[in-house]
Amino acid sequence: MTEQHDSDGFFDKPENIKKMLRVFYVVCGLLVVTDFIVHRHIYHDWENIPAFYAIYGFVGCTVLVIVAKAMRKVIMRGEDYYDE
Amino acid sequence: MNSVIPFLPLMFGALAAIFLRGWLRNILMLAAPIVGALNLMGLEHGVFWSLEFMGYALEPVRVDKLSLMFGYLFHLASFIAIVYALHVKDTMQHVAGLAYAASAVGAVFAGDLLTLFVFWELLALTSVFLIWARRTDRAYSSGFRYLIFQILSGVLLLAGLLIFAQVNNSLLFNHIGLQHDGIAQVGAWLIFFAFGIKCAFPFMHSWLTDSYPESTPSGTIFLASFTTKVAVYAFARGYPGEEILVWIGVTMACFPIFFAVIENDLRRVLAYSLINQIGFMIVGIGIGTALALNGAVAHAFNDVIFKGLLMMTMGAVLHMTGKINGSELGGLYKSMPKTTILCIVGAASISAFPLFSGFVSKSMIMAAAVKEGYDYVWLLLLFAAAGVFHHAGIKIPYFAFFAHDSGIRTTEPPKNMLIAMTLGAVTCVILGTFPAQTVYALLPWEHDYNPYDMTHVLTQLQLLFFSALAFVWLNLRNMYPPELPSTNLDTDWFYRKLAPNVIKRVASTVYGTYERFEKSVVISIKGIIQNTYDSELGKPKGYFARLWPIETMVVWVAVLLTVYLMIYYIPDLL
Repeated sequence: MTEQHDSDGFFDKPENIKKMLRVFYVVCGLLVVTDFIVHRHIYHDWENIPAFYAIYGFVGCTVLVIVAKAMRKVIMRGEDYYDE
Repeated sequence: MNSVIPFLPLMFGALAAIFLRGWLRNILMLAAPIVGALNLMGLEHGVFWSLEFMGYALEPVRVDKLSLMFGYLFHLASFIAIVYALHVKDTMQHVAGLAYAASAVGAVFAGDLLTLFVFWELLALTSVFLIWARRTDRAYSSGFRYLIFQILSGVLLLAGLLIFAQVNNSLLFNHIGLQHDGIAQVGAWLIFFAFGIKCAFPFMHSWLTDSYPESTPSGTIFLASFTTKVAVYAFARGYPGEEILVWIGVTMACFPIFFAVIENDLRRVLAYSLINQIGFMIVGIGIGTALALNGAVAHAFNDVIFKGLLMMTMGAVLHMTGKINGSELGGLYKSMPKTTILCIVGAASISAFPLFSGFVSKSMIMAAAVKEGYDYVWLLLLFAAAGVFHHAGIKIPYFAFFAHDSGIRTTEPPKNMLIAMTLGAVTCVILGTFPAQTVYALLPWEHDYNPYDMTHVLTQLQLLFFSALAFVWLNLRNMYPPELPSTNLDTDWFYRKLAPNVIKRVASTVYGTYERFEKSVVISIKGIIQNTYDSELGKPKGYFARLWPIETMVVWVAVLLTVYLMIYYIPDLL
């Protein structure tokens, strides 16, 4: 069956995904650790917060998705809304 | 000097596309942007072919660093787009695409407002055919809405330039600014809004997200490259350092990312992120320092290439599968691995990963914002930068090529499409890795900026990786909004739904009133008839109706004779 053959894709195997995510988490961790080792230039006071960019990126994106999801309640319509 | 007017080679390519067929046409179309770019190299800085029109000096070709930079960019972009469109068997698209590119080149070399206006309108008239070329009902109506906006922009520009011609007695296009006295102030604002419409300012942006995704796979590549970038050029020339642009720009950078997260049509997601990227450029122009302006035009340069690349990969998906909605796609990495990798390069570039093109230009604008004390603007831009990674960098490749397997099995797109995408991807990496030799060398203002220092690379990587971590976390917790077949209301709702509904209601009320009035008149007429006719006897009720016609006749003759007699005698009585 082609179905079975196709499901051999790299990203179809949960163990592959797990491995990739583990590498990803390690890289994230390393980036935060580096923040304490390397001396960053500070252009702005807020940048003094440890791992400021990491926190800001994570919180910013989470807020973005949650707000966008909430927007759906107001602005989402059917696919053919304008064609009717 | 051995050069010709800059837009001519591309326009000649458009002519070749009309009259020629087969390999000769392909060769001439491909040669047009190359010859055009070589032609630019032969141009020295200055004003050429100037002439006088109704007492005003016109400068159809003015060459300086700013116009040259955009000139080279447009030739590069049109070359890639032409390669991408080579397999298309539709003369209309080839002609429109090349003529559109030629108009963009003409516009950035225009030294006076009248020449600018002519190319401004040509941009609209040539590009709309790229939308109509899709030949669907949606594309037709969307094209008309697009055209209305573009022509409105042209009309505003014309009105503004006429005021300036009257006040300043000159049509030359130099710094305009918003500080004027009297009527010139009106003119300055008119031109500002004319540029603003083409730049997709908030509330004037819906033409872009409405029409670009309705165009053909190859048409969208042309569309995404030129109109908005000509507007960015025009702002950099006419309104640098206007603070209002900072606030407009930061709005543009932020609001589209919310729409992009929940949008299903992946090319519409890219259209929203196009506005987001222009927002960065507009902020740079608004700040107005050399670093900020350089950042704005450098970002315009890079954006055309990486946004073109992303649009090309999505166009390839649409071309091969006939589908472009995130809800219907997924798992395509198995059958389109090359396209997948090229898409990821585009995604890395727009997200400003180090060594990719977005990194070297976006950072200039961010650095300028911090340096000039725009704290909140800087924070919001940082948010927008994380957001663009979220929707363009992750969402686009993820929902098209990975996510759940949609079961679609296809092949890689035609060779020319792959070559064009590879060209775009290689350019992105070269621009990002060797900025000093490429995009920085073209920058119009003096600068010494180095994007590759430890701080900058580290902070950017932190921002991006933790944005990705947010995506992973939300996905694992099933909090990420799924792709749904849907339409999201944007400001186009006002003129596509609200206004038509209001007009419909007013019209139906007016018509209803008229109908009721007509009915009441008919009823009253019928009533009169009924009152004068005795239906039981089958006879009219009136006195004369009861007589024979001849009897009535006699009565009337008697009356007439009496009147005649009186008229005869009255003069004598007086």
